[in-house]
Order: sequence, then structure tokens, then C-alpha cells
Amino acid sequence: MSMTENSKPLLSVERLSVEFGESRVVDDLSFTVEAGQTVAVVGESGSGKSVTSLSTMRLADMMGAYYASGRIMFNGRDLLQASQKEMRSVRGKEIAMIFQEPMTSLNPVFTIGDQICEVLVLHEKMSKSAALAEAGRLLDMVRLPDSEELLTRYPHQLSGGMRQRVMIAMALACRPKLLIADEPTTALDVTIQAQILNIMRDLQKTLGMGMVFITHDMGVVAEMADHVVVMWKGKKVEEGPVREIFANPQHPYTQALLSAVPKLGSMTGEAFPKRLPLTILQDGKPTVVGEERIQDTVKNGATPLLSVKDLYVRFDIKKNLFGKATHRLSAVQKVSFDIHPGETLALVGESGSGKSTIGRTIQQLQSAMSGDIAFNGRTFSSMSAAERFRLRQDVQYIFQDPFASLDPRKTVGFSIAEPINTHSLISDAKAVRRRVDELLERVGLTSDVATRYPHEFSGGQRQRVCIARALASDPKLIIADEALSALDVSIQAQIINLFMDLQAERGLAYLFISHDMAVVEKMSHRVAVLFLGQIMELGSRRQVFETPAHDYTRRLLSAVPVADPTVARQSAMIEGEIPNPVKRVGDEPAILVHEEINPGHFVAKSA
Amino acid sequence: MATKTSSRWRFASLEFVLGMSLTVVICLAVLFSDLLFPGGADKIDLMARLAKPFATAAHPFGTDPLGRDVLARVVAGGKISLLVGFTSVIGAVVFGVLVGLIAGYYRGFWDMLVMRFADLQLAMPFILLAITFIAIVGGSLTNTIILLIVSQWVQYARLVRGSVLTLREREFVLSARAIGVKDWRIIIQHLLPNLIGPVIVLMTLNVANNILLESSLTFLGLGVDPTIPSWGGMLADGRTYLQTAWWVSVFPGLAILLTVLGLNLLGDWLRDSLDPTGRTSR
Repeated sequence: MSMTENSKPLLSVERLSVEFGESRVVDDLSFTVEAGQTVAVVGESGSGKSVTSLSTMRLADMMGAYYASGRIMFNGRDLLQASQKEMRSVRGKEIAMIFQEPMTSLNPVFTIGDQICEVLVLHEKMSKSAALAEAGRLLDMVRLPDSEELLTRYPHQLSGGMRQRVMIAMALACRPKLLIADEPTTALDVTIQAQILNIMRDLQKTLGMGMVFITHDMGVVAEMADHVVVMWKGKKVEEGPVREIFANPQHPYTQALLSAVPKLGSMTGEAFPKRLPLTILQDGKPTVVGEERIQDTVKNGATPLLSVKDLYVRFDIKKNLFGKATHRLSAVQKVSFDIHPGETLALVGESGSGKSTIGRTIQQLQSAMSGDIAFNGRTFSSMSAAERFRLRQDVQYIFQDPFASLDPRKTVGFSIAEPINTHSLISDAKAVRRRVDELLERVGLTSDVATRYPHEFSGGQRQRVCIARALASDPKLIIADEALSALDVSIQAQIINLFMDLQAERGLAYLFISHDMAVVEKMSHRVAVLFLGQIMELGSRRQVFETPAHDYTRRLLSAVPVADPTVARQSAMIEGEIPNPVKRVGDEPAILVHEEINPGHFVAKSA
Repeated sequence: MATKTSSRWRFASLEFVLGMSLTVVICLAVLFSDLLFPGGADKIDLMARLAKPFATAAHPFGTDPLGRDVLARVVAGGKISLLVGFTSVIGAVVFGVLVGLIAGYYRGFWDMLVMRFADLQLAMPFILLAITFIAIVGGSLTNTIILLIVSQWVQYARLVRGSVLTLREREFVLSARAIGVKDWRIIIQHLLPNLIGPVIVLMTLNVANNILLESSLTFLGLGVDPTIPSWGGMLADGRTYLQTAWWVSVFPGLAILLTVLGLNLLGDWLRDSLDPTGRTSR
């Protein structure tokens, strides 16, 4: 930063406005990026942050963008005036970009080596053999082991984290002066995210490039950015050095945004989860709404509401010629836990930990290999078909993606009424409509939206519709499978409170499946940490978060980005990949034995 | 982004107005052909053989080599053509969609059996199938329609099954199952509306296809009685006179073209109207 004091900035966006048709998506935006500096562009969905990055690359043209005003100065020329032909020599060479989805941004039919070489041959005019050697060096740079061998592999043979490293290697192939990273770690697990962020930070330091980091995650901002631009509805509302923004936010929107971010450790010392008041924007002013309430709702009676005992779920992955399984994925291994009425049990873990499979097995969407699940003291295996059908009324499931879990061709009123009609809870059509209206109002929507279709709602509203639908049959247990992960933080905070209010009101129990430690800390009574299908640690929220006893729990906790730029992260312990859970038949992973180190606090002993 | 629900059926769209008027005019004309041309399509005017079109009021589209009025024959020929086109497509859609839905949703042994059979049938040339079929049951209007249904249901079954395979893994279907919704309700209420778009497109294309197939069958002597006028038959007859008397084959061809155009427009409009998001119209 110091070396560029009197030179021009690397990138300077000046009064940029971008329009799609009649809607102005970016409005009068200005910011600059110096060489060696990381500027984070932060905002929630619809804030125009991605359009800003796509406009800089002039990729927004293909989506029909019109640049109403402004300049994007890079290296002394205005990129908005450049032709697409000129841009092609800038893209990848001088400005590189990393996208969110490492799964889809690599071409599945070419090897990793081919894809990296393509960039080098195209822009650097290297020979194929020189390019291959350089590609190997680039993979070493992003700390991928066995680079030689990796070059000959195909994208599907790599994990998500490895693919994202390959994307970074490709982006850096031509030593770009500016790197634009658009939510590069959002699709990754926390421990993998921590690794990728480390690599990006180190590489930026050694290569001295400027970086535009686009994200919605304030924790990632705090770790990565030197300078922050906060966007809201297409406008820049605030800009400043990262510490300044976090310590002393000026704009009401920034204040509301920061107050909504769940912070790990915020509940330290509390015995119960707490419903906290929210800071929301009302008429342009941050206003605190809602009550503070201790969520003491658990009824530790005699029989637990749900009891899972020694559950095993396995999937056959490969079969031999005769249809006999040779390779199996052990998704869930000897998992046991109870949920009491009014209790929230969180299942936390990374991808492949089997947390969703457990939820789906309880909801009878997936059959177990062995073990038993009991609801209200009655085991599934002893139930008649009618009783099992009735269970679909008492247990409801909320999916991660609120858009995908609503039928796009049905009105939300139809979707909410579906459980009522399926179980013939109310026979009179008018009464059904009244009930739907009631439910919509309960989740904070107006009753007149019942005739609308899912695409007419925002993400947060859609998740409210899904919650209304789950409530329709008056369930006792709701399984929330990553129900908050697809939502913006401010919406997330509102939905957490809605979940807690409903729990206090109706004595609902939740099985809360999540990868987000900070959210789990905020709302659960007890926590089970899963890794490769087995419970590593199970205990009350306080036990697990304040005195984590298993290495994996500590690893997970240390990987969570902290939304405080003054805290330096201990990144030493975060290395390594999540192992592949697919094993040969007969080579199943060892079952770990649990030890009760404190009353109710179980820890798996390492094998 | 928010489209009002009330405006979903965009009756004022060009597609609807043009498609509907074309289809209605053609259908009405064909339906009332006896009233429009009391003499019938077989009346022979030997004095005016191969009369040029647009020359006389008596024969506005000219006459064919036997002196029959082309306009009257085009209108009358629509009866067979439209009957074959519509009924064969509707039959194939009903059967194919049903099989596709059930096979795709339940998977398993029957799915494999039905789909391998479908593959087998797709591998068989149409003409071979037609000759075998007609040789066994004999040629008639009904048998032609049945033959077309038998040969085409596979297309719909495959198309629908493919969509069902992806749809059944979608979360909204899972969530319906999680609630306890019965299988047939999931199939009818959630799967069918979500895959009907491509089926409608294929349907409109196949109407035209079948009108022409009927004529090829008739040409080979495998279809309907060749003396009954049909568009396809007229096209085939006029082929030999194409250099000297273009109008004999051009007008029935035009009739097919306009019918298909009208149906395609209506089909597009229907598909867009059935999709509440209005995505496909853009």
C-alpha cells in the first residue's frame, strides 16, 4: 500500500451506473483499488455487488447490461470504452476472476492440466510442455500435493476445496494485476474455507496484486479486507478501512447488518439460548425491535419425543456384474440421540458428515440399514402403515433452498394447504383458507399473498412460506435442514427469532441441521458434532462450545471466520481434506466408542 | 419481476390472436365443407382441366388434372388430415405421458422393461413397422390412427420419463413426500404441470408430421382409401404436375403450413400461460 502513494490506483470505478432494462442495478458507485490492497465489496442479495464485478470484466454485457454512466479506469484506460475483442486480452491476463461454484466453473471433460495450460498457451504464448511445467508450479503454489499427478486428473476426481484451489491457480497463471473473487468460499465447508482464505491472503502478499473480494459474509470481510465498500440496493452506503467500519459503522444499514451477524462466542456463560431483540432499518433509522427472552422451553419428561438408537445408513456406490455391492458409502454410523419436547438439538458437521441423511431417515424419506427410531416411545418398526402416515403430520421438514422446495407451478396458498388437505385436518374449504391466512400472518406475511406464486417472493419470504407450511399440520417436531444457510444475515436473524417464538408458543422441538457454528450457538439447547457419519461429541450447547473435548470440534470452531478484524486467527491447525467416505465392502470404518466425560457430555474416543 | 397472476392468460398476445384465428378459420371451413361446396370435392369439370388459379370465380385455386376444384378439395381434404393429425397425437400423448410418468416415478423392474421395449421400437424403421402392422390388421382410417399412436407414444414416454427422473429428486417433490402426499397426487399435481411444456411443443410438431405420414401411408397403399381427398394425398398426386401446374400441390401444402403455424402459435401461448413465472416467454 505504501509504495503506491503518489501513483494512480490500479482500478478506479468512477460514478458507475448499470442498468438492466428499466431497473438500475448499480447506481453511482465509486471506489478504488490500489496494488496490493484488498477491497471487500459487501452486501446482501440484490445489492448489485456481483454486477459490479461482472461489469469490471465486461461480462455483464452478455447479460444485457447497459452502462448508463461512469468509467472503470484500469491501467490508464477506461474498460467501459474497450471493445469485447480488447477485453479478451485483458480478461485472464490482467484481471482474473474466481467464481463461487468451483463445481461448475471447470470443464468436466478436460484434465486439470489441459485447462491451466489453455490459459498459458493463449495469453503467454507458451509451448505445451513449458505450459505444463508452469501449471505444475502453479498447483504447488496453491499448496496442492502431488501436482504432477493432479495435472492428469479430471475435475470430478477432485473435492470442492481442491477444485477451488485449481481455479485460483488458473486465475493466477498469468500474474494478473487484479484479482476479482466473487464469493469464492461460499460453497465450501468452513475448514476448507479457512484454508482457501489463507492461501489467497498469502498469495496476494507475495504477488502484490490488487484484489476485489465480493462477499456477503462479514466474518470473511474481517479476515481478508483492508478496505470495505458496503453496498445496499445498488448504492454504496458506506466505505472505509476495515477496522473503522467494524468499530464505528456510520450508516444505519451497516449498523443493522453488523448487529445481525451471528458471532461465535456471543452466548458464552448462558445456560439457555436467548431470543435477542433485532436492529432493523425503519424509515432509514436503525431501530431495536422485539423482546429479549430466555429460551427455557425444554420439557425433560420421562419419554423423549424422538429417540434415535444405533442408526446405520449406507448407500451402495459401486456394484459388480451380479448386482452385489462392492463399494459403500457409510453415511450414518451408530448414531444415537434423544430430543425432548421443546428442545432444539443441533446436528453440526461438514459436507459428507451424514447430518442430512439422519434428518431424511427420521422423515422416512430414506430407509435405515439398521437401528431404530422411536417417536413418543413407539418405534418405527412397531408402527402400522397408518401410524407411519400420521407421523408425517407430527414431524415436518424444512429444506435448505426455499425456492426449490416450493412447487413453482402452485400458489403458496396451495402449498401451505397441502399438509392440511393431505391429512384431512379441516374438511371445509373456507376453513382451510382461513387457516392458511392465519398461518401466513403468524410467520409475518400478509394473508393476501396466498394467491401468489413462489417466484414473486424474496428468499426470506419464501422461507417464511415454507415455515408456514411446516406449521400447517400442527407438528411436534420440525427438522430444519440448513434452513437458514441460503438467507441473508439480516433475514437469518429474523427467522431465528421466528423459530424461537414458535418454540416458546407451541412447545415445538427442532432438529436443527447446520454447518454454521455461530447460528447453532445462538439457537440450540444441545449440540451433536458429526464427522463422517459418526457423532464426535454430544452435549449441551455450553459443554460443546465452551469446553470442546474432541479435536474435530475444536478444529471446526477455530475455522469459523470471526467478524472482528482485530482478532488474529490461529490458522495453524487447519489443514487437510475431508476424507472420502466411500469404502470397499468389508473395509467399513471403525465404530468409535463414546465416553461420558461430564453428565450429558459424550465424546468419541479416537480409535 | 412480479407478474400479476390475473394477467397470466395473455389473450391479447400476438401468438394467441394469430394462432387462434388461423386454427378456428381452418377448423370451421373443414367442418362445414359440405355447406361451402355443395357440389363436393369430386365434381369433375372436364372443360376446365388444370385451370390456372385466380383466373375464374368458379375455380379460385384452379383445378387438378381431372378438372376437380382445388379449393373444394383442400377444404374437404382437411377432414381426414385433421382427424388423423389430432386423434393420433392425442392418443399418443395420453398413453406416452402416462407410461412415462409411472415408469419415471416408480423406477424399478417395470420401468426397465417398458423403456427397453421403447428402445426396441425406436430402433425399428417406421415403414417396416407400418407394413407389418397394416399387413396384419388391414388398412383403414382407424388402423392408420392406431399405427401412428403405436409408433409415437415412445417419444412422449421418453421425454416425460427424463423430466420425471430429474423432477422427482427436486426438493419440492421430496417435501410433498415428507408431508405424506399420496403418490398419484404428487404425479398429477406436482410432476405433470412441471413437465407439460416440452410435451406441448412436441405435440404441435407431431400434428404436422402425422398429416404427412398419413399421406405417405396412403401413397404406399397402407393408409386410408386413396379416393378420399386428404392434404397429404393431394400433395402426392400433384407431385407429377409440379412443373406445369404448381397449384395442384402448393395449395394443400399451404393448408398444412397454416394449420401447423396456427397450432404452433397456440401451443407456445399455452405453454407460456401454464408457466406462472413467465420464464419461457422471454
